[in-house]
Amino acid sequence: MKTLRVIAVGWLIHFKIMSRSPFAIGVGATWPIVNATLAYFMYRAGGYPQTLLYASLGSAVAGIWSMAAIDASGAIQRQRWWGTLELLVGTPVPFALVLLPMAVAIASAGIYALATTLLWGRLVYGIPLPLEHAVAFVVAVPVTIASIGVLGFALGMTLVRFRTASHIGNSLEYPVWIASGLLFPLAVHPAWSHPISLALAPTWGMRALLHSALGGRAWLDIAICLGLAAAYTAFGIALLERFMDSARRHATLSLT
Amino acid sequence: MAAVIEAHDLKRTYKTTTGVVRRKPLEVEAVRGISFAVERGELFGLLGPNGAGKTTTIKMLITLLLPTSGTARVLGHDVEREPREVRKRIGYVFGGDRGLYERLSALDNLRYFAELYGVSGRRQRERIGEVLELVGLTGREKERVEGYSRGMRQRLHIARGILHDPEVLFLDEPTIGVDPVGARELRATISELVRAGKTLLLTTHYMFEADTLCDRIAVIAKGSIVGQGTPTELKSGVTDGRVTEIEVFGVDDAAVERLRAIDGVTAVAVEEQEQKQLLVVQTTGARELTQALLTELGGASVGRVSSREPTLEDAYVALVTAE
Repeated sequence: MKTLRVIAVGWLIHFKIMSRSPFAIGVGATWPIVNATLAYFMYRAGGYPQTLLYASLGSAVAGIWSMAAIDASGAIQRQRWWGTLELLVGTPVPFALVLLPMAVAIASAGIYALATTLLWGRLVYGIPLPLEHAVAFVVAVPVTIASIGVLGFALGMTLVRFRTASHIGNSLEYPVWIASGLLFPLAVHPAWSHPISLALAPTWGMRALLHSALGGRAWLDIAICLGLAAAYTAFGIALLERFMDSARRHATLSLT
Repeated sequence: MAAVIEAHDLKRTYKTTTGVVRRKPLEVEAVRGISFAVERGELFGLLGPNGAGKTTTIKMLITLLLPTSGTARVLGHDVEREPREVRKRIGYVFGGDRGLYERLSALDNLRYFAELYGVSGRRQRERIGEVLELVGLTGREKERVEGYSRGMRQRLHIARGILHDPEVLFLDEPTIGVDPVGARELRATISELVRAGKTLLLTTHYMFEADTLCDRIAVIAKGSIVGQGTPTELKSGVTDGRVTEIEVFGVDDAAVERLRAIDGVTAVAVEEQEQKQLLVVQTTGARELTQALLTELGGASVGRVSSREPTLEDAYVALVTAE
């Protein structure tokens, strides 16, 4: 109960911090529209108008991932600049309970990207959102955001020890878009890349949203998303304490 | 009774590299085997110049850095092996502008840290009210921190540090950059914490502050403790004589060296003051040396000459400049 409270309050605090930066939210929410527009014209020119919703949702999930990859993996570095990292590390709670809600809160700002992209598609290009399984869609949105946020957490923890590790997050932004089938369906990918795609939360988040909108096995996708989030969390927690010890040994907590 | 804070032969070395293409490893000894103990309810000061090792020492004691060797215990818990036990029982406050969430209100900042320190939901509201009252921020808690003055931020830092009512508080230059009135208010807050029975370890550059607040002081220079005791002991231990201040215009290094060579002179410090210099000469014993000092200045133009009792600053300067 106490642990859940720490996570909930941590999420709320970091979501508030994010939401009070109009510039960050504005950019994060609007630039997926550009991707959605590109994808829209590509699919329309290719004679696949039925996949326009795919393009719209894919761009939105790509926006959420970009938030997680760039912002969540850079979150530790921001705490360093703000002088709060040492204060957070010095509290008695395990650092995973600080970092996890922080990463999920940052990915949560992707909700703005999802909303603007779907709205843009609806109003400008008339792309409908059918919502075959409305309840599943409502569940799929937070699950997708949370699982992508947790992937951001697993990346972000390396920054505790290596202050320039944010480059990892930046360099993974586009490859994960492609590997997760956010802009191009996985069917066009080579077979050897499929295991990588299946291990990524954005792949299943995208499927959950698409299947809940158009019909399909949305609940299975949601369950796999949750399973992956649990696996990322376990992986992150297992490594985080080692990184923390290493950071205390190498004095990297206060370096900016 | 066991000491609340104990450091035994504590050492910390930083490893870095020099050069761009051919990188050479470099080891910097920040703390070179320091030992001290702080008793319950005591306000213990760590004084020293920039880079002396004060902050590194504090960071080892609050578990943010691992010692390279030596041991330290806080309330009986080893800082290296039992970091969580130590963290539950201590609070710490760093000086300066950073360390707060600027876009949030003071209340949100305090709520978050109250949660991280395990202050229960029911107790939080009451406790936050208490600490805001103590640091004089009641009524301003809903404003965003980005609009706070330096002094208000520093008071908020203290409020955050004592939220969970820790037994031991570490204050690293808490009044740095704060205006005189704000600094006085902060000192009053620190005194109140001592009266409440807290054990405090304080680092500061301000001698007046250390002299007024601290029960005992350790002076650190180049990573080692060069003097330890009460402010009175430090003053009398370093110089039992007097301090002569001489204003001069255009004194050269040779003249300063001649002063240092006079029998009975223990330290000479030169303070540059626009076109003139102020020589602060510490002497031992009862012998009157003013005439001898003026003679050794040779042809330098001399202004005001005065003599006074030694201060903690004199003791500090003598300790940190001694070879």
